[in-house]
Amino acid sequence: MDPNIRREIILDNYQEPYNKGLIEDDNYLKTRTNSESCIDDLNFMMKIEDGIVKDIRFDGEACAISTSATSIMIQTLIGKSVQEVKDILNNYKDMIYEKDYDKDKIGELVVYEEISKQPNRINCALLPLVAVEKMLEELKNEK
Amino acid sequence: MNREDFPMLSSGVVFFDNGATTLKPKCVIDKMDDYYLNHTSNIHRGEYEASVITNKLYDNVRNLVSKLVNCDSSSVVYTSGATMSLNMVVFGYMKRHLKKGDEVLLNKAEHASNVLPWIKLSEEIGIVIKYVPLNKDYSLSLDNIIKCVTPKTKVISLAHVSNVVGDVRDVYSIGKFCHEKGILFNVDGAQSVPHMEVDFKKCNIDFLSFSGHKMCGPTGVGILVSKKELLEEMDPLCYGGGMNSFFEDDSSYELKSVPTRFEAGTPAIAEVIGLGEAISYLLSIGMNNIHKHEVELKKYLLDKIEGISNLIVYNKSCDSGIFTFNIDGVFAQDVAVYLNHYNIAVRAGNHCAKLLKNEMNIKNTVRASFYFYNTYEEIDKFVEVLKNSKDIFKVVL
Ligand SMILES: Cc1ncc(COP(=O)(O)O)c(C=O)c1O
Repeated sequence: MDPNIRREIILDNYQEPYNKGLIEDDNYLKTRTNSESCIDDLNFMMKIEDGIVKDIRFDGEACAISTSATSIMIQTLIGKSVQEVKDILNNYKDMIYEKDYDKDKIGELVVYEEISKQPNRINCALLPLVAVEKMLEELKNEK
Repeated sequence: MNREDFPMLSSGVVFFDNGATTLKPKCVIDKMDDYYLNHTSNIHRGEYEASVITNKLYDNVRNLVSKLVNCDSSSVVYTSGATMSLNMVVFGYMKRHLKKGDEVLLNKAEHASNVLPWIKLSEEIGIVIKYVPLNKDYSLSLDNIIKCVTPKTKVISLAHVSNVVGDVRDVYSIGKFCHEKGILFNVDGAQSVPHMEVDFKKCNIDFLSFSGHKMCGPTGVGILVSKKELLEEMDPLCYGGGMNSFFEDDSSYELKSVPTRFEAGTPAIAEVIGLGEAISYLLSIGMNNIHKHEVELKKYLLDKIEGISNLIVYNKSCDSGIFTFNIDGVFAQDVAVYLNHYNIAVRAGNHCAKLLKNEMNIKNTVRASFYFYNTYEEIDKFVEVLKNSKDIFKVVL
């Protein structure tokens, strides 16, 4: 991917992130992520109805990579089934860790393709993934 | 100053993260190597040659500490670091002497290691923590402390120099006040002992904690200094070999005298010896010279950044080598990544002072912290990079 386009997508999503701001609604799963190696601190909420992700929102302070990755991931996941979400997350994780992955599955998240070159930012790119996985886990426990 | 003593500087790194840990001079590394290469042996016994050397070096570090902070060498306790020292004070001494309702004065600029142990103790025995309000520039004054003191105040606990704002608290006046009122004075010296003259006796300090790794020494070793009579009344947190005189099958036992009583098990021998070398090294440079150089660097920096409009500086007024800032509209961590691109090492975050966000209305900052080996040329480079920060996302993304 052209580095200028990549930078523009990341910057757009950092400066005007999608679905930033939490709402009061008990029908959402909620979680807070602040990784141990990093100072990002984000709150997430996600609504799943009939096995479909209806909404994901977030709020908090985080770096350009975490914030933009969160914004892009939210846009990628909304409307997908839980099974599809898991598939996207797995492919995304494989990309981050430089394994084989299916580019077509992850949409714009491909902008983080080269993040592994900056090892100290891998956790930033993975932050929204960790949050969504945590909430899915919670869903399983609720059942 | 003394740049040639630091092997890591030859990489060209501009090391401005000295508040987190400092670089190590060759002499400290050599001293520790010498222990490992030539006289490895345990302490407390001296029957063979290597152990005689080790014991002598190990014990002598108490004398060096006593020279550094003006205290009796018999009241110097080796610990694993400032955090351990502070925990020993809270759970070894305070837990035994404070009771429900007793008040301890902290403030919201303190490091986690001087807050969380107290929170835990309040959970355990019901002491009351009060936070002394900070001034507008986030500094802490004796006046504000006095306003918070009540007949129930038993302890004032504070960092001599705060690790976020870098303000130097007037420990002399505060110590005098504590002494007059019969209040215990607990000082976290993690950010002061490495950088300036600290006088344990003159300041009427009751407990002083600091870490070796922030003062050119190795990680894994720190110091607790107290008064002999307080140490006599402090419980060890750790029991075992090296700290007992005897124990019997009827469960009777006797502990060794202070300070050995607090040093159960095989200690960090190489590290203690390395710390001793670091102290000798710092004393040869002179603590006043170190402090003066750092303050001058900061003054120079403040002059040079005049006019950089997107720079928010939080601690212009403090007299230490700590510079805390943000670039307007950029997350602190991104600034640190940007500076790293130019081989400038700084720290971004809340600097373990998680309560300060309530006072500053800002959670994360970037901290550049200086030491005697930093130079004006390094500041020039730093300023140049800050000036060009409008390109920051081109660099970090
Ligand atoms: C003011 C202050 N107190 C305590 C500590 C804890 O020191 P250590 O992590 O070496 O135990 C630090 C270290 O960052 C500090 O800056």
